Amino acid sequence: MVMTFSYYPGCTLKTKAKELDKYARASAEALGIELKELEAWQCCGACYPQSKDEIATRLSSVRALNDAAREGGVLVTLCSACHHVITRVNRDMALKPEIADKANRYLEIDYHGTTEVLHYLTMLRDRVGFDVIKSKVVNPLKGRKIGAYYGCMLLRPSKEMGFDDPENPTIMEDFIRAIGATPVVYQMRNECCGGYVAMKDKAQAKKNVSRVLDNAKNCGAEELITACPLCLYNLNENGDKAMPVTYFTELLAEALGVKEA
Amino acid sequence: MHNNSDKQKDQVFRMTGVDTRKCMKCGKCSASCPSFNEMQYRPHQFVDMVTKGRIEELMASPSIYHCLSCFACVERCPRGVEPAVVVEAIRNLAERKQGGTYFSPDEVPELIDGTVPQQALVSAFRKYRK
Repeated sequence: MVMTFSYYPGCTLKTKAKELDKYARASAEALGIELKELEAWQCCGACYPQSKDEIATRLSSVRALNDAAREGGVLVTLCSACHHVITRVNRDMALKPEIADKANRYLEIDYHGTTEVLHYLTMLRDRVGFDVIKSKVVNPLKGRKIGAYYGCMLLRPSKEMGFDDPENPTIMEDFIRAIGATPVVYQMRNECCGGYVAMKDKAQAKKNVSRVLDNAKNCGAEELITACPLCLYNLNENGDKAMPVTYFTELLAEALGVKEA
Repeated sequence: MHNNSDKQKDQVFRMTGVDTRKCMKCGKCSASCPSFNEMQYRPHQFVDMVTKGRIEELMASPSIYHCLSCFACVERCPRGVEPAVVVEAIRNLAERKQGGTYFSPDEVPELIDGTVPQQALVSAFRKYRK
């Protein structure tokens, strides 16, 4: 049976991170999932507005959530930033009337956080199951030592994101095992790469990146996976380029035998 | 009568909902901060200076632009003080002032090199101007 979910690709997946999107769609199809792209989504802004009096910066997420509510009530995201922003705005709409009232009045809708926001990885874990993925792998990535780079936005604040244990996450390592490779755990996998200062302060970004990459290398990782286009850009651009960094969906497509499809 | 520093404190409280007096000065926020070495005022100092009403000094410090919004301090604070939320409110206050923008569209052409993801530009605009 085909599962159908609304899908929010986000700005970067249409441009610089096309691979993240393309391999996600191909893999979903191979796993019996239909990802139905929202018809009229707008960029989420890539930064969750933390101040309570920031309303306009939340509206694009509210529109996407409201559209998804009318089409089955589950919204799948893929980019870490989109997932972070949309998940937290959804919570605001459910729990913070001072924000929800203003957003609803402005958009002339009545939305209160009912949509379930799933990250592609949580969709794999909770709706498909890593054991099922394992059984569908035709090209196990045997012998590859892969470090999961979680970064910040998927995990924190854990009380709001509910993604995984924020200090000792396992979902990406379980994913790596499911596609037949060997996960390498390293301390800096859930510390920030400095992506937000990649534009304005390259010196700081380089320091943050080398802390992550040196640590991954010293722990035995030979390649890294990420879900975040900004992490991928920053780790490549401001690192020494010795460690290959790819989107996790590319390896999934490779393992499922749909990479060239 | 409120003086200006009290007004600013009230404003920060309205924006964040954070009671900075809950801080017990354990230092976990600054210990976790990936920008610690880059900051004039560290996360624990932001919290303390807000309690003391020293908000103008924070608004004038480049430290407001070094926070990466990685939420390590928010996650690890045992008292739920949420230093990153406080830093952002102060950055917002600085950016909402006339001429307070830290990132201008004029800077973009020079940054574009064919690899910069949209996300980097969008988030820089969101973070650094109002």
